[in-house]
Amino acid sequence: MLLVDWLYVGVFLVVGLAMAALPLAVVWALAPRLAQPQKRTTYESGVVPFGQAWAQFNVRYYLFSLVFVIFDVEVIYLYPWSIVFRQYGRYAFFVMLIFVGILLLGLIHAWRKGALEWT
Amino acid sequence: MGQLAAFIILSVVTLVSAVVVVASQNIVRSALSLIPTLLGIAGVYILLQAEYVAGIQVLIYAGAITVLILFVIMLTEHGTGARFRQVNEQVLPGTIAVAVLAALLMAVFFGTAWPRAAGTLPQYTATSIGTTFLTSAILVFIVTSFVLLVALMGAIVIARRER
Repeated sequence: MLLVDWLYVGVFLVVGLAMAALPLAVVWALAPRLAQPQKRTTYESGVVPFGQAWAQFNVRYYLFSLVFVIFDVEVIYLYPWSIVFRQYGRYAFFVMLIFVGILLLGLIHAWRKGALEWT
Repeated sequence: MGQLAAFIILSVVTLVSAVVVVASQNIVRSALSLIPTLLGIAGVYILLQAEYVAGIQVLIYAGAITVLILFVIMLTEHGTGARFRQVNEQVLPGTIAVAVLAALLMAVFFGTAWPRAAGTLPQYTATSIGTTFLTSAILVFIVTSFVLLVALMGAIVIARRER
């Protein structure tokens, strides 16, 4: 990919930022402003909010996110393989079968240890 | 010229947000400031014509790793919303260590004879990465899956013991 092609990405970036900024700018310019304490509260579908937004998470989320990151990294390896898959055919298929098979052992282990259970 | 300008802009973005990471009083702000830091590095990868690595940088580092770090902060009892004085008593030793490390790295960078203009760049780097995985680096490819397996099992072992 030529560096010039990244200009398109730059154009998308600028247009995207403008799309987000323009409505805010229009509202800022046109809308009337009334100072009321209710307007500064967090919007929670009309329910009066309670507690802090920064609550302590349950530790169980951590294991899920770790497992997610590992399979996220696995997908990174799938992508370059899938591009050249047609060139190598059956050989590429079996190489990836080994790769995914090894990770499948990990998933089975996680499953059996109850790491995927919520309780 | 355009490349130099892009490099300077990316460097400024990376360095400024990196300073916020280590200097912010608010730990959540520090963690969030990692995102522009890592995105700036992704931009440097693009300048080096390594667009696949840049994509990985955005997906894994700016996405998953930052969320993981935020999770860890939110898991701690007093980390949520707490303010931290990020400068501790180790300022002087820390400064010396950083200065020595920077001098060493610069000595290595300037002392290395970097190869210049050897061969042509592939049009898409992901294609050549895939080819390398299936031919010369196949052992590395398979070992990588073992590394991921060990990481997965390690995460489970640690999480089980904590309970």
